[in-house]
Amino acid sequence: MTSPEPTAVHDHSLPAAAHRPLQPSTSPAVRFRAVTAGYDGRAAIEDVSIDIGTGSLVAILGPNGGGKSTALKVIAGLLRPWRGTVEVLGGPPGREAHRVAYVPQAEVVDWSFPVTVWDVVMMGRYPRLGPFRRPGPADRDAVRDALAQVGMTDSAQTQIGALSGGQRRRAFLARAIAADPDLYLLDEPVTGVDISTQEDLMHVLDAEAGRGKTIVATTHDLAAAAHHFDRLIAVNRRIIASGGASEVLAGDVLARIYGPHIVVLGGQALLFDDAHHHDSPPPGVAHHHDEDPGRR
Amino acid sequence: MNALLDPLQFEFFLRALVASALVGVVCAVVGTYMVLRGLAFMGDAISHSAFPGVVIAYLLKTPFYLGAAVAAVLTSLAIGWVARRGNLRGDTAIGVLFAGMFALGVFLFSRIPNYVGDLFGFLFGEVLGISAGDVVALIALGAGVLIIVWILWKELLYSTFDPLGAAASGLPVQRLDYLFLALIAVTIVVSLQAVGIIMVVAMLVTPAATAQLLTLRFNRLMGTAVVIGLVSPIVGLYLSYWFDAASGATIVLVETLVFAVALLLGPRTGVFRSRGTAVAKG
Repeated sequence: MTSPEPTAVHDHSLPAAAHRPLQPSTSPAVRFRAVTAGYDGRAAIEDVSIDIGTGSLVAILGPNGGGKSTALKVIAGLLRPWRGTVEVLGGPPGREAHRVAYVPQAEVVDWSFPVTVWDVVMMGRYPRLGPFRRPGPADRDAVRDALAQVGMTDSAQTQIGALSGGQRRRAFLARAIAADPDLYLLDEPVTGVDISTQEDLMHVLDAEAGRGKTIVATTHDLAAAAHHFDRLIAVNRRIIASGGASEVLAGDVLARIYGPHIVVLGGQALLFDDAHHHDSPPPGVAHHHDEDPGRR
Repeated sequence: MNALLDPLQFEFFLRALVASALVGVVCAVVGTYMVLRGLAFMGDAISHSAFPGVVIAYLLKTPFYLGAAVAAVLTSLAIGWVARRGNLRGDTAIGVLFAGMFALGVFLFSRIPNYVGDLFGFLFGEVLGISAGDVVALIALGAGVLIIVWILWKELLYSTFDPLGAAASGLPVQRLDYLFLALIAVTIVVSLQAVGIIMVVAMLVTPAATAQLLTLRFNRLMGTAVVIGLVSPIVGLYLSYWFDAASGATIVLVETLVFAVALLLGPRTGVFRSRGTAVAKG
């Protein structure tokens, strides 16, 4: 039951964006095969199979409680799946941990903690230093560089509690950049931030993807997902759809992701219209409609 | 002037000064991480759970350090295990084991025939009665704790601040958690003679809590806590000498008083702070 059909493997793979060089020789950065995981006996994701190509910029979207964060935690090695196999950067989750940077949701961070922006970004360097060694000039350069990339140079000595919501996300992205990872895992990186911050953060992530880094972010902001990410994976316990914005954000798929909550998405009518201009999905992208015939 | 110098002619007073100042520093360092990790209740639990170990060591005529350390470390590890195994909240598991272990100590204690007063000192502290050998053991254990924190300060900091991010990037967060619990346990054992089981949590929590009122920078916070942890026992010992009062209680009262002053007069929370109303916008 943990080995799916080979055709399904092909169908679910996510090719790199057209404007980035394809890297067909490398294995995907993240590979899920029939993964089920959750908490306290309740499955948050069930029988999920996905491939995330190296160098792609992927958004996992879906309703609250739909399993977005759970999927991200499984990739990060923070949650062990109950069933199925997971491969991250060519090994089991956690094996290549020093090549992974994980940014948690803003809500789980203690913002009263006595650290400055500089301190937080420097933490990104700690894992590579190991015990005994203190941060040196190379680490300070990396921190300075990361702060500059996210436009936080002037706030380096600010205690994190004094930052705005957007600045907090910038600071944590800078920590991830300072770690110089091959895989970014970002839990709701653009939630609750203003448009200009969103543009800035996505610009940085786009540049990182251009350097061959793989970026996986959860979001429930459909507009942000549609505008900024190469590929969307819609999750509501199971994979509902994966592919480009025009496929995933089609009306019937949205209804399946969000169910009765679709009414709250009235502001997204533009996305619906956009979706209808495409008559057929590009090759290599398939929905997972046929994955669970028993439910229909 | 003589009031300051007179006590120093007594060797027991000098020993007590050295021991309690060292305890104050070690407690402040460990307590800084403890407060930031939200483990104040855990510290209280570990200290109380050391009691049966002390009684058993007394009955077996072995050094009390040994019994207290074994009981404290075992309980701190058991709390994590029980919470995981029973799928219970951490504070629930702490509450169960904390009371159970202390009850075991009281039970054994009450069974000792012709009980003599020594054990009373472990409940409320009796640093003036500390022996030269105990001071040496205390210096060795205290230095051990400080060295481990010095080696792992940044790993402890990262895993305290963001355990998810730290674990995902490869830090052994769970092992650091257990190691830190063991450090708390050893620190408490080291502190038992100075302030006793009931009040040791104040030595751990109060200096860091006071420092938190004064600064929001980690290094300054720990530095401030260490200064408070170093000075309070010295002031407290003199006060206990002049007023002929219990030493452990006097030391804790000094730390509590410093906290109260910081709370009322400090730049962030004091009555004279220049910021606007404390009403948050939401």
